[in-house]
Amino acid sequence: MYRRYRVPSLWRDFDRLQREMGQLLSAASESDYYTPRRVRQASGYPAMNAWENQEGMIVTAELPGINTDGIDISVVGDTLTLSGNRESDDLKEGARYHRRERGFGSFSRSIQLPFHVKVEDVEATFNNGILQINLPRAEEDKPKKIAVKSV
Amino acid sequence: MSEEKKELEVEKQELTTTEDSERTRDCQCFVPRSDIYEADDDIYVVVDVPGADNESIDITLEKNVLTINAYVDPGDIEGYSLAFAEYQIGDYQRSFRLSNEIDREKIEATVKDGVLRLVLPKAQEAKTRKIAVKVGA
Repeated sequence: MYRRYRVPSLWRDFDRLQREMGQLLSAASESDYYTPRRVRQASGYPAMNAWENQEGMIVTAELPGINTDGIDISVVGDTLTLSGNRESDDLKEGARYHRRERGFGSFSRSIQLPFHVKVEDVEATFNNGILQINLPRAEEDKPKKIAVKSV
Repeated sequence: MSEEKKELEVEKQELTTTEDSERTRDCQCFVPRSDIYEADDDIYVVVDVPGADNESIDITLEKNVLTINAYVDPGDIEGYSLAFAEYQIGDYQRSFRLSNEIDREKIEATVKDGVLRLVLPKAQEAKTRKIAVKVGA
């Protein structure tokens, strides 16, 4: 106890530093949250981009080298699950790798959407290794316009 | 060289220019993930270039340097605004220095589902230039 009283300014400095760092960090994360242009960390493979408007959402993902049979898309309520498998190349006898950077294997990822989806109208296209899933919003989940009456 | 399996990776690696030249196109550029393997007669180069098609890929072989450029459309979707982004879209650029002599006339390149595949046949003289090493007496 005695020591603490002898060096109070040091502890106070530490407290202040900690508080300031905390504020700095929370300010940084908040600004990330409000600027969607910035890339956020994907929680799994594949990374997805999402586009939205009043009618629904479009989710895109880069899935190079995966054929359409290898992609499985399912939508339940407001959860989109994307799973699949990327196969490795079959090497000829005697061939050897100089460099190997492309990963392969199976993947599965779910994301929660901000609304319920009209499941029967979900469409997906796959072009040049880019998957695009069109997720229309369920009718009952669409934002309701409220007319303002003048009294 | 390693035969171990590689796992799927999420992040793209951004290109850093080491020379003093800059790219003329003002958009991001990535280093595409690539596999290179060698068989008896050919060298295979497999490159992930999602978003690029046969029209937008440039391949040049100068001396022994193979350069791959792929230009990708930023792909904004009309009528929609971006809610969040986990990956960025940009061009791809990568160069490889090839050790073997390549038969330039017979290079084949195909692109399917965002994967570019190059088959580089070894030149006939390069194939025969292998020198057998004898055990010293």
